[in-house]
Amino acid sequence: MKEEIIIAGFGGQGVLSMGKILAYSGLMDDKEVTWFPSYGPEQRGGTANVTVILSDEKISSPVLDAYDIVIALNQQSLDKFAPKVKPGGILIYDTNGIHKVPQRDDIKIYPVNAMEATMELGNPKAYNMVVMGALLEAMPYKLPMENVVKGLKKSLPERHHKLIPLNEQAIEKGREMLPK
Amino acid sequence: MEITDIIREENKVYSAPQLLDEVDMHYCPGCSHGVVHKLVSEVIHEMGLTETTVGVSPVGCAVFAYNYIDVDWVEAAHGRAPAVATAIKRLWPQNTVFTYQGDGDMAAIGTAESIHAANRGENIVMIFVNNAIYGMTGGQMAPTTLLGQKTATTPYGRRVDLNGHPLEITELMKMLDGTCYVTRQSVHTPAAVRKTKAALKKAFQNSLDKKGTSVVEVVSTCNSGWKLSPEKANEWMVENMFPKYPLGDLKDI
Amino acid sequence: MKGEVTLMKGNEAVAHAAIRYGCDGYFGYPITPQSEVLETLEALMPWETTGMVVLQAESEVAAINMVYGGAATGKAVMTSSSSPGISLKQEGISYIAAASLPALILNVMRGGPGLGTIQPSQADYFQATKGGGHGDYHLIVLAPASVQEMVDFVGLGFDLSFKYLTPAMILADGIVGQMMEKVVLPEQRPRRTDEEVKKQCPWAANGRTGLRKRNVVTSLELESAKMEVNNHRLQATYREIEKNETRWEEIDVEGADYLMIAFGSVARICDKARELAAEKGLKVGIVRPITLWPFPTEAINKAAQGKKGILVVELNAGQMIEDVRLAVHDNLPVEHFGRLGGIIPSPNEIVDALEEKLVNPKK
Repeated sequence: MKEEIIIAGFGGQGVLSMGKILAYSGLMDDKEVTWFPSYGPEQRGGTANVTVILSDEKISSPVLDAYDIVIALNQQSLDKFAPKVKPGGILIYDTNGIHKVPQRDDIKIYPVNAMEATMELGNPKAYNMVVMGALLEAMPYKLPMENVVKGLKKSLPERHHKLIPLNEQAIEKGREMLPK
Repeated sequence: MEITDIIREENKVYSAPQLLDEVDMHYCPGCSHGVVHKLVSEVIHEMGLTETTVGVSPVGCAVFAYNYIDVDWVEAAHGRAPAVATAIKRLWPQNTVFTYQGDGDMAAIGTAESIHAANRGENIVMIFVNNAIYGMTGGQMAPTTLLGQKTATTPYGRRVDLNGHPLEITELMKMLDGTCYVTRQSVHTPAAVRKTKAALKKAFQNSLDKKGTSVVEVVSTCNSGWKLSPEKANEWMVENMFPKYPLGDLKDI
Repeated sequence: MKGEVTLMKGNEAVAHAAIRYGCDGYFGYPITPQSEVLETLEALMPWETTGMVVLQAESEVAAINMVYGGAATGKAVMTSSSSPGISLKQEGISYIAAASLPALILNVMRGGPGLGTIQPSQADYFQATKGGGHGDYHLIVLAPASVQEMVDFVGLGFDLSFKYLTPAMILADGIVGQMMEKVVLPEQRPRRTDEEVKKQCPWAANGRTGLRKRNVVTSLELESAKMEVNNHRLQATYREIEKNETRWEEIDVEGADYLMIAFGSVARICDKARELAAEKGLKVGIVRPITLWPFPTEAINKAAQGKKGILVVELNAGQMIEDVRLAVHDNLPVEHFGRLGGIIPSPNEIVDALEEKLVNPKK
């Protein structure tokens, strides 16, 4: 098992923290994990992306040309990373604000309306966990939910642990966005 | 009466300081450093701090202080003595740590380290020998060189427009909340020597009492650098240095 | 606390590792991309637990001189910074090396020269391995390629530094500093007591306990004849280190036609490139120097036997390549591929470079 994933969007969409929760969840599931962010001024409002690699084996490069899974949360990120999905790989993108949709037939594409689903939940801060739900549902590697919850606990500061049920709910909501 | 009847412990009125090695010093005859070394040696010995004191020597004439005063020493890079002393004191809080710095070390290249160590209130003693000139490198201008004073790099006298003003670093030290005792002394007369010794004692005691940073400036002569006889150098100091750097306690809390 | 498995950034991991090693003091000044070291230490408040001193100095210059002071007393002390800050520390590092003191310095390299960028770089290779400051001296230079190695090299760096009484540097890049990975933190070791420090370091200046002969830590010696002796003593230590402490890692060297040589995180990008090259039928082996000084000269010479060429990949304009060329005596083509100013090459770029420069070079 090895999943090479990139999550890309605007700074402030919770891209880095989603990657962190995903990495922690993988760690709780006894996987090797690497989390490598683009860092610097772009953290403050520009585009942000983070590469997360989950693997049974020791992980080599944190820098990749192609990904098993790309999650794109704005048009810029979609334009940049859709071509970098490996053939047979997965592309998940939020349809909000997207005017140019990707044209590839060698990969699985899941357009989701994560923003709308988040609004239905009534907590905009849960946005990245809705997206996380879609990822967990689409990913061939089935990360057990109990380890995701452990990952949430590890990743969130203690004072936010009361929000874990809301996060679980958001993840469920995200899972439902994908076709069964 | 034989001479051995006179040389007896109970008749002794003075002896060489226990911690001052019996070696020839490299200091020029007439230089203040020797006297200050003697006082530091006496104070450490009399206060029973020989086993727990670490000195930090500067770059400048006093770089070899470690060859004369019999305590442990660390020789610092130019200006960095207060940073070196900070770490030693923090890592060995039960030790007594002092820096011995000249005017270049304290007020030019090491201004940042000196001010910040004092501002943090490190429990150290900073001994500052101010002779208004760079002795070791051959008599160049110091930050404390007086206006009009001739040095190798101000051959026609220090000028404000070219060289700026003499830096009153001790007055700056007084302003800092971390300092508990800031004083300016001299060693040109027996009375002044006694006062300086008392000041050093107070400074070391402050360190033991964890009161913060103590700064003891000693306005000093550099007769070689000033190109004066030792006697004339003392006179020149009284006439020219003291008005700019007046003696006395600037702060004592 | 034993063998705790967790996920953290390389910079954070260094802070945890320092505390758990029993480090006595950290002195630093913030600079991106390594400020998390000081931030993490301040948040962990080790002075409440192990008694470790942590201090934000007024400058990098002050910080390295605090390290000099602490090391002179026999304590295990360290600092960290990034390229411009490491330049400022060079004077102090030279003093520490000259006075034969143990100390650990972390450089999380960013792109230069000058103020440069905050993105990853390896452009301080020359500075770290060839001296950096003034005078004839070397640092033991360890190049971590993972967060785990960031942790392990804190312990290794201190151990080697105390064994040979010479400063050690962890030469990391912004990738290892900022990346989060699974990491196993070592068990908490107690800090040495003052009595243990005095016993272990009889040369240290920490007070004349029992009125022993005074200790003086200095790098000054005005008599040239004595200074030459001091230099020979340092050089003898360096020869010992070269003999005993050279470290490197090899991947698939046997049977390979080409070698890639890289250090730090770049070696991992090369490992991915090796896989991609294999898909194209190119047999590539990797040598990763772990100690950049002492450099694995013999290992590289041996690994190069029978190869068609070597690609040295670095985040600089060509620095380690000089040591590689010396190692192989120009017996085979040695080419360089580097990205500069904070750009990280992708695995494909490296494969392309291998093909262009060595497999199908333009005549």
